Amino acid sequence: MTAIPETQKHVYSPAELRRARYLGITYIVLALFVLWFFAVGSVGEGDSTLKLVKPTDRFKNFPNLVLPAAIFSFVVAAVFASLGAVQLTRGFKRLGNVVLAIVLLLFVFSFLTWAAAGKSFSFVGMMQETVKRSIPIALGAMSGVLSERVAVINIAIEGQLLGGAFVAAVVGSAINPWVGVVAATLTGVVLGWVLAVMAIRYRVDQIIVGVVINLFVLGLTSFMTQRILNDNPQFNGSEVFKSIEIPLLADIPFFGAVLFKQNIFVYATFVLVAVLTYGLFNTKWGLRSRAVGEHPKAADTLGINVYGYRYLNTLLGGAIAGFGGAYFIQGSVGQFDENMTNGRGFIGLAAMIFGRWHPVGALSAALVFGFAESLSGKLSILQTPIPSEFLGMAPYIVTIIVVAGLVGKARPPAADGQPYIKE
Amino acid sequence: MELQLRGITKRFPGVLANDSVDLTARSGEILGLLGENGAGKTTLMNILYGLYTADEGQILLDGEERHFSGPGDAIAAGIGMVHQHFMLVPVFTVTENVVLGVEPTTLAGIMNMKEAGREVREISTRYGLEVDPDAVIENIPVGIQQRVEIIKVLFREAEFLVFDEPTAVLTPQEVEEFFGIIRGLRDAGKAIIFITHKLKEVLEISDRVAVLRRGKVVGETAPADTTQEALAEMMVGRPVDLVVDKGVAAAKDVVLKVEDLYVADDREHMTVNGVSFDVRAGEIVGVAGVQGNGQTELVEMLTGMRLPASGTMELSGEDVTHEHPRGIHSRGVAHIPEDRQRSGLVMNFTITENMVLDTYYSAPYSRGIIMDWDAAEAATTSLVEQFDVRTPSISIPASNLSGGNQQKVIVAREFSREVKLVVASQPTRGLDVGSIEYIHGRIVQARDDGAGILIVSTELDEVMALSDRLLVMFDGKIVAELDPKEVTNADVGLYMAGATP
Repeated sequence: MTAIPETQKHVYSPAELRRARYLGITYIVLALFVLWFFAVGSVGEGDSTLKLVKPTDRFKNFPNLVLPAAIFSFVVAAVFASLGAVQLTRGFKRLGNVVLAIVLLLFVFSFLTWAAAGKSFSFVGMMQETVKRSIPIALGAMSGVLSERVAVINIAIEGQLLGGAFVAAVVGSAINPWVGVVAATLTGVVLGWVLAVMAIRYRVDQIIVGVVINLFVLGLTSFMTQRILNDNPQFNGSEVFKSIEIPLLADIPFFGAVLFKQNIFVYATFVLVAVLTYGLFNTKWGLRSRAVGEHPKAADTLGINVYGYRYLNTLLGGAIAGFGGAYFIQGSVGQFDENMTNGRGFIGLAAMIFGRWHPVGALSAALVFGFAESLSGKLSILQTPIPSEFLGMAPYIVTIIVVAGLVGKARPPAADGQPYIKE
Repeated sequence: MELQLRGITKRFPGVLANDSVDLTARSGEILGLLGENGAGKTTLMNILYGLYTADEGQILLDGEERHFSGPGDAIAAGIGMVHQHFMLVPVFTVTENVVLGVEPTTLAGIMNMKEAGREVREISTRYGLEVDPDAVIENIPVGIQQRVEIIKVLFREAEFLVFDEPTAVLTPQEVEEFFGIIRGLRDAGKAIIFITHKLKEVLEISDRVAVLRRGKVVGETAPADTTQEALAEMMVGRPVDLVVDKGVAAAKDVVLKVEDLYVADDREHMTVNGVSFDVRAGEIVGVAGVQGNGQTELVEMLTGMRLPASGTMELSGEDVTHEHPRGIHSRGVAHIPEDRQRSGLVMNFTITENMVLDTYYSAPYSRGIIMDWDAAEAATTSLVEQFDVRTPSISIPASNLSGGNQQKVIVAREFSREVKLVVASQPTRGLDVGSIEYIHGRIVQARDDGAGILIVSTELDEVMALSDRLLVMFDGKIVAELDPKEVTNADVGLYMAGATP
């Protein structure tokens, strides 16, 4: 008998190789981009001043971040070029995503120094805005995490946000803002219940149910706005919640203003992310939910009520999205507008995928999207040569790039989107 | 303790799955439940486990009647089941899988994983089931996964353990270890029900054997009082030839030659890692290996269904590495696929339509763009007769046939052309003893008619019996080339597990 000696050649899988190559090329392209536009473009423009505190802050004399615009971008371009070279020749192996994060961060700063060259601009204000704008996205993403962890795909987050916002406006104006928030949450639950019954009980295609709910809510709220709210403004003007300063923490320069001088929705989101993270990975409910999403049959043979968990989490997710809808009213402008959610629910879904179905990941992703939104808002003030319509596209471009797999392939719950049929 | 099934009857539309079955399991005893696929073993156990409800009959536990409306009830009554397809969550750790459904908790449903891990470790030492409680399931071998399934059952304090075809996924060494574990459990006073269709195993491990045929218990005996032949006859209902009857191979020219082949799976993981071998006309080359070691991707590549990352494949000296499936089979390659219902047949097509799936586009079955169904039906009628396909009509859908007859349709279609090479993947999986006998005979005949044959199977006994030359595949590589007449199952098993005897 002859044993054939083992060959030692290790072959990288095509996917690994492809991704490493793409990243390397991306870094080089970014280096050229930074060099050409930001570095060369800011020569002779002087320093950029990024303000880190607001005049109302307690330590308002905290120094600002002053960067020599041109030199900074030249350095960034050089760093990108060398990172790209290393990525193409050796690869960063496990550090790949850390390097990617650093590159994106530096790119953004290079962009900011270019845009603000010779001027000063409120970085702290932009970050404060980032956190605010990321809230509905993050809440939508949490709703998605909850339902997809039990394998129910929730495309209807957009509709739940919009429906929540409408009810929050009407009930908030008619009764009081707190009741409005509760009613918005319940609206999310009702829409979640429709999704759950269709998806779990009648096994209708979950994408189709979700799309139908979105269209239904959009049509209904638009109709009611035109027919009722426009003629009865007393039903469309809720009180907006004020920011609450957290004692001591709010005095920390920069971070205090960004994180601890916000309204109740921001704090609730942070608490929710913490609770969900702990719940999913440390409690009985979390373990069972994840089992139902990964291998429902295994859960069923252990006496776990697969349908029960699917209903429960889809309804909870609906509640969170409905609560997120109230943000648009009580947490923001106090008044309902047709289609005012404007795709935040879908961006929330993208944040969930980008965050790999993990609450903390999803929150981080939501912050990235929120940053893209607030960037496009603030930059119009700085009068950059970029058309404002183009800046408005930024969040969506970021979404596409991110979901197209720049961060590597994320693995959804194994049974995601599949109805479970009990024998 | 004693568990009694009395007069269990279960009907499915058109089928009597269990027909008044009586069965008794006792503590400290291993009961072998033998029967062919479709004999009703799994249905019976699903009734016991609360997944189905019986139409008639009773379940008695120590003489007291019990009703199980779900697995939860059965678990509470001390019945544990190790399913044929493991019920483990791949991304969970061993401990998480074990405690799922009966989590030890502190306040407010917060799990006490430290306590859980301790209990897992305790069970694993007490019964000799070595596992790492913190390992993630998808990273551990199948043999260890089975131990996790057993620990899961023991963690729920089961007294009656049901194993459904537990050895199907194991290497011969793992089977030996597994038998050791089962004997240990029996000696610890547990009652074991061991479901299988493998005669050898049931004789080796059981204290008592019950044979199920067409939903009925047709006999009960002790292993000492019977033989494989007698059991086979009881199981099938007629005498069966258990040995493959074949003469000496007369190997001639090389028909298939692959060199340094690398193939990736759907997730783009490289599962075939540098495979080279050849197959000659007039010989049967077997590829043994535990499932998931690259055989599926290898066969898909050989039949044109998957492109390789690198390497070459030649048919009678012609390079066909990048050929499409039609290019491959029009060069005389017959393919019996691993999954007959997914890639062998179109289940909603009639037998006639299935029979001409690979030749419909040429004469005599079509003229230009018009099909000649008369010609197809004539050919099908003769093939059905020639290959002993049992069917009331050739115009019923393939889904109406039993597994064995479906497989015969595939064999008939593939062998009805002129064949230079046969690639057969798991050709007898899930078939009854009679069909296995028939299909083995056909394969040997194709060899004697001068075709080269490549058999890929996870059933070691099958490749040992059929092959003239045996290759062992492990982790995407051919780790040994052996003469099946000179090696024992145990040696091959070691290679299959990645070790060297």
